[in-house]
Amino acid sequence: MEIQKPAVAGTLESSDAMVTVEPGEGIELSISSTVMNQYGRQIKATVLETLERLEVTSGRVTVVDKGALDCTLKARVECAVFRSCDASDANIPWGGAIR
Amino acid sequence: MIRRPKPERFRLRRTMMFMNAQKPGLIKDAYIYGCDSIMLDLEDAVAENQKDAARFSLYHALTTIDYGNTEVIVRINGLDTPHWQEDIRVCVAGGADGIRIAKCESAKDVQTVEAAVEAAEKEFGVEVGRTLLMAALESPKGILNAYEICSASQRMFGVAISGGDFRKCMQTKFQPDGVDMLVARGQMLLAARAAGIQCFDTVFTNLDDEEGFRAEVLQNKAMGFDGKSLINPKQIRLVHEVFAPTEKEILQAEKIVRAFREQSKAGVGVFTVDGKMIDVAFIPGAERTLRLARACGMYEGDLV
Amino acid sequence: MKNAVGRDIPDYLLADGKEVYQGKQYMDGKYLQKAAPRTRRYEKPQESKIVATLADALRQCGARDGMTFSFHHHLRNGDYVANMVMKAAIEDLGLKDLTIAATSLGEAHDPIADYIEEGKVIGIQTSGIRGRMGEVVSAGKLKTPAIIRSHGGRPRAIEAGEVHIDIAFVAAPTSDCVGNCRGIGGKSNCGSLGYAMTDAKYADHVVVVTDCLVDFPNFPASVEAIDVDAVVVVDSIGNPRKIASAAARISQNPRDLMMAENVAKVIASTPYFKEGFSFQTGVGGPSLAANLFLEKYMDQRGIKMGWAIGGICGPMVELLKKGKVGKVIDVQDFDLDAVNSINQTPGHYEMSASQYANPANKGAFVNKLDFVVLAALEIDTGFNVNVLTGSDGVLRGAPGGHPDTAAGSKCCIIVTPLVRGRMATVCEHVVTVTTPGDCVDVLVTDYGIAVNPLRPDLIQCLDEAGIPHVTIESLKEKAYSLVGTPDDLEWEDQVVAVLEARDGTILDVVRKIKPYTL
Repeated sequence: MEIQKPAVAGTLESSDAMVTVEPGEGIELSISSTVMNQYGRQIKATVLETLERLEVTSGRVTVVDKGALDCTLKARVECAVFRSCDASDANIPWGGAIR
Repeated sequence: MIRRPKPERFRLRRTMMFMNAQKPGLIKDAYIYGCDSIMLDLEDAVAENQKDAARFSLYHALTTIDYGNTEVIVRINGLDTPHWQEDIRVCVAGGADGIRIAKCESAKDVQTVEAAVEAAEKEFGVEVGRTLLMAALESPKGILNAYEICSASQRMFGVAISGGDFRKCMQTKFQPDGVDMLVARGQMLLAARAAGIQCFDTVFTNLDDEEGFRAEVLQNKAMGFDGKSLINPKQIRLVHEVFAPTEKEILQAEKIVRAFREQSKAGVGVFTVDGKMIDVAFIPGAERTLRLARACGMYEGDLV
Repeated sequence: MKNAVGRDIPDYLLADGKEVYQGKQYMDGKYLQKAAPRTRRYEKPQESKIVATLADALRQCGARDGMTFSFHHHLRNGDYVANMVMKAAIEDLGLKDLTIAATSLGEAHDPIADYIEEGKVIGIQTSGIRGRMGEVVSAGKLKTPAIIRSHGGRPRAIEAGEVHIDIAFVAAPTSDCVGNCRGIGGKSNCGSLGYAMTDAKYADHVVVVTDCLVDFPNFPASVEAIDVDAVVVVDSIGNPRKIASAAARISQNPRDLMMAENVAKVIASTPYFKEGFSFQTGVGGPSLAANLFLEKYMDQRGIKMGWAIGGICGPMVELLKKGKVGKVIDVQDFDLDAVNSINQTPGHYEMSASQYANPANKGAFVNKLDFVVLAALEIDTGFNVNVLTGSDGVLRGAPGGHPDTAAGSKCCIIVTPLVRGRMATVCEHVVTVTTPGDCVDVLVTDYGIAVNPLRPDLIQCLDEAGIPHVTIESLKEKAYSLVGTPDDLEWEDQVVAVLEARDGTILDVVRKIKPYTL
């Protein structure tokens, strides 16, 4: 997928994450997290894996994490990417690119 | 990925707790409070512009979180919205045990959902027929059509009334004695029993009114409901207490089931237990009492 | 050198007879030479000890570079006194190289973090450290490692002369003109002044700071004029709204309630739950809610609580007023119900921190305690508890009375959710050991109960009562399966804080954290 316009998903509530995607060159990832020292690497890996599964190869991705579990991080990244393509409302590839 | 076992159409469902599917902190472990079923909500709890985000959360919750023996049902958006078809796809793909049809008014509504569920089961390679259905009756028309709704599909395990919308339609409001919904509850119970499916009462929203809640749950039990929808974990305990069988009922049920199994081996169909005439018609009730007793931690025998 | 809880203590900290932690009750029976303060004689009758400003009081007490000033935290997050004193000392008198020996430091003391960064404050000794103070100390900006002691360890160290207080500052809701202080009667009421009592007896100089001057004699006094050098009257010693909350309400959070109920079940299953039992609980959500469920079990069995200690708040005062507990003795009050009850309600008394929890005296209250219910930031599979550092390695907590009550009580119950957000509370190794595992008996979480294998007697109690329990390892596994196994924190060599066990040995050290960046 190609990030076509800026889009956001998620909230800044505890246990959630707010993910912003914007068009850009290559993958530019920035992460801030309340659990950076213990989970920073895992958050980065999860976000990159999710982008890879969605075949996103370029874009600025900003994650503000408030202690979200991996399943929540994935959901927020996916939703933001699909929103950026106006494709978040129907025919989502559940079990395919989303898994 | 968590693969949930095939759902049982008829199981213990005393308590169904609503949870906003969009709130990660809530849904991650809602099962720890011991409710029988969790109702992950895509409908009223989720804002109109977050329906898409809620589905992504829901999909990963369903496939990642081990809810154990707690049943996982999803309330989808109404058939008059643009959301329900994608809601069904995500429920089926994620492996939800069942789907609650909001604002159901006719057998046709059930069949419309069933067709979409079957299509999704085929699309995602899920065993056809796995996904159960229940209907929420929220309008006078839904109540009047209760029997056709209850008997509309082999997937239907139960029916529930939704008090908020129903009272609005009826131009009434909550009454402590339940008179506002007495007829509707009664009609729905009749229809459910006639169709052989379960029946659940609406939520009680005033968390501070413990006496009122107790009174309503006692009335639910007296009327014959199988269980109740809840909005807060702290309501679970009381419902389980009220719906628990008494020691005497358990002993009686145990005697009946034991005697029946012994007598039927000997070819006897009708017999007496404690001076009361018993035949095969008593057995499902007695077995239900024992299953309930086991769920309440009151029965450890091997008859069920 | 490795200590009894497996922590590596750098040898250079083991100077002057300092030892590593050897296990509980290691110091039992040893003798202790108490230190005595050097105090000024005031033979000539003084009409009043009131001086105009804090700077004047500091000068009168001979304040100079390198001194140690002590503070107590009864005004909690509403405290203005520590900041005012440090400002006067550093900005008016131009002092430097100062050490703060406080009973706890929190967000109220954020401005003092600047003095640490400027190098004016070079030492911190405290039983709790939060807010910016915790951050700057964690960042290695304090010249010497902070020393963290429990509420009982602190008076022990003061009495033993390991901490020498040059000037103790008493934040007094009321005082008379010669320094008899009480915790009630003014506009900044805090109730008990228990933490200030040992300081006043062992400091060379004592300065009372009050915002409510009352007629002599202000009796019965918590800190007495016989120990006081000067009295300073200021506009306000604190923000009353942050000193004591209106009323500590019992949590309605269903998770807290579920855990609290299980705590009460565990308590009721032990042989110590009998007429006259003694009890302490924290004020955190599930700990406080345990009061509620415990009362039901007391009623069912027809028994009463003999006495309760600790930081006290409304629900315990309520039990006292209902006649369900014989005596309440406290070092600190958390809400207005408790503030208005101490020394007023029959059976509600004040005690000093030493009397509460000092392991080296001849009979602290904690040693007679049957049950204590405590919270934790982390607990590991060895039942070691951390209440000092966050899982990210930054100082943001308080041992307080945790290690003292855990060590003294017959049954110490830790109650905590299994995970908080993405932080696993039950973990493989706690970041910092603040309470050693051999003092902790039962863990109650929202995912199950675990009993320390050192307590087969309690395991039997739970089994007989039909209370399900699991191993702490399985709870840890469950936690990691939910949140993922955390990466090990990365540290630099620099020790930023030394954690003393209550007996004065070294239990653990906190090093400077190396933050992870992408």
